Amino acid sequence: MNILVCISNVPDTTSKINFIENDSKFDSNGVQYIINPNDEFGLTKAVWMKESNAANVTVLTVGDQSAETILRKCLAIGADKAVRIDCDAKDAYSVAKEIESHCQSINYDLIICGRESIDYNGGVVPGLLAGFLDYNFITNCVSLDIKDSKATCAREISGGTEISECEIPLVIGSQKGLVEESDLIIPNMRGIMMARQKPLEVIEAKNVSAKTSDKKFHKPEVKSEVKLVKPDELDKLIDLLENEAKVI
Amino acid sequence: MAVLVYIESEENKFKKTAYEALSYGKALADKMGVKVSVLVFNCSDTESLKKYGADKIIRIDNSDFQKFSSKKYSHALAEVIKSENSSVVILSSSPDSKFLGAHLSGITDASYVSNVVGIPESISPFVIKRTCFTNKAFSSTEMIDGLKIISVSSNSFGMIENFNDSTVESFNVDKVDSNQKIIDIVKETGSVTIADADIVVSAGRGLKGPENWEMIETLADTLGAATACSKPVSDMGWRPHSEHVGQTGKPVSSNLYIAIGISGAIQHLAGINSSKIKVVINSDPEAPFFKAADYGVVGDAFEVIPELIQKLKDRQ
Repeated sequence: MNILVCISNVPDTTSKINFIENDSKFDSNGVQYIINPNDEFGLTKAVWMKESNAANVTVLTVGDQSAETILRKCLAIGADKAVRIDCDAKDAYSVAKEIESHCQSINYDLIICGRESIDYNGGVVPGLLAGFLDYNFITNCVSLDIKDSKATCAREISGGTEISECEIPLVIGSQKGLVEESDLIIPNMRGIMMARQKPLEVIEAKNVSAKTSDKKFHKPEVKSEVKLVKPDELDKLIDLLENEAKVI
Repeated sequence: MAVLVYIESEENKFKKTAYEALSYGKALADKMGVKVSVLVFNCSDTESLKKYGADKIIRIDNSDFQKFSSKKYSHALAEVIKSENSSVVILSSSPDSKFLGAHLSGITDASYVSNVVGIPESISPFVIKRTCFTNKAFSSTEMIDGLKIISVSSNSFGMIENFNDSTVESFNVDKVDSNQKIIDIVKETGSVTIADADIVVSAGRGLKGPENWEMIETLADTLGAATACSKPVSDMGWRPHSEHVGQTGKPVSSNLYIAIGISGAIQHLAGINSSKIKVVINSDPEAPFFKAADYGVVGDAFEVIPELIQKLKDRQ
């Protein structure tokens, strides 16, 4: 079974968000990059499936050379092979098109993408890929079990969980719950050493044009000072919520 | 050229977020000078959609579409888009609608922008404001010519009444082949879900243990609110993962967010930042959450919450 895990290189969750070039570009100066958390849950799941499903796990990212650091980390976590499609990620559409073209040369049975990236939050790439490739698609996926060619998946829905069955090939949008946070694989020294020997292939991009572009970024307006209410004056709080904020 | 709004429903009832999507669709159609149609699957009573300005109500009544399936619904939507010559499709930001939006844009080769928080700044070029960096920033995003799909962020536009005497039409679609079938739906107990809630009551480590959640649930019941929790609380298993809100958990964009015993780590703030009004109750006056709050109470949750519940009950 062939599994592809698509990895997004994102600013660490504690990063300060600033913009440069007349607010048209994210300021990556001094920012630490990590594996997108939603992708990391999917990667750990894929590594488990190496044993349970005799799977072969490839990780892929669309980006420049600086993204190779996290690909090496993915290899240390347990992926067998890494692929970098060499171009600047322009938007979800162009990224999904680049991945689609890679998927036409290799038949993957399962493609795992994070539900959404924590930088642009679009949540678009997995759905686009499923649409382009005509694969089954489950996002917000919190459990997955594949036997022969049949997948049983659970996804979070509004107020509950939906369990469904389908045939592979399949694209899932992974998130916390697919594996628990405490189960995330942390690379050990052996893994890190082995990762150096594993293949990291760089593929030329098709340079598909984007369908969306960020023209200008804005930061939220600075909040006015908090209005403090004394704990023995809760009537005042209720009054403020009712008559000033008008939310209750 | 027309705007098409997908109306999400559950058990023959329209979702509140669907009315918001329609209100948005109507405002956009007015700005573009075009008509707005809505698409409804298997709902017999469509009267309420007139109130929010639909020009045309398109009904698909077909048992093959009884349960939501992103593949089947995407294919049906694609047919309607073709027949209506739609140029923009509006969806809400519910889990199902965002699921559908991404899939539909793949099937129709459209441009798709989610988490949209306002009607376009301009139509030509089509530039729209959305949140990004988990609510730490906004982007004015340009969408290229061609079919556009937009997911409107919950509570960002509101429901705006705008009566229109809509026409109603039936639309026939062929069966869509899919080997995907739903075997079970497990609903959580608790009446209000985080995604649908106007008010969210959320608690953190300051509550000291899972046994103390009863007052949180009572407060939520009193306000008709959903309950939520911080990451450490769900990691320790005090509360289910489905309640975890924040950067790696569920996003919240309610009208009122009440945080009790949550210090306000940057990742938590990111996930709840698009809520309109934030109330923080914490015994530590230095808690960073107070900087992001509209209203705050520095006090012991174990004293403040029961009193707050009593006062709210007295008012009802």
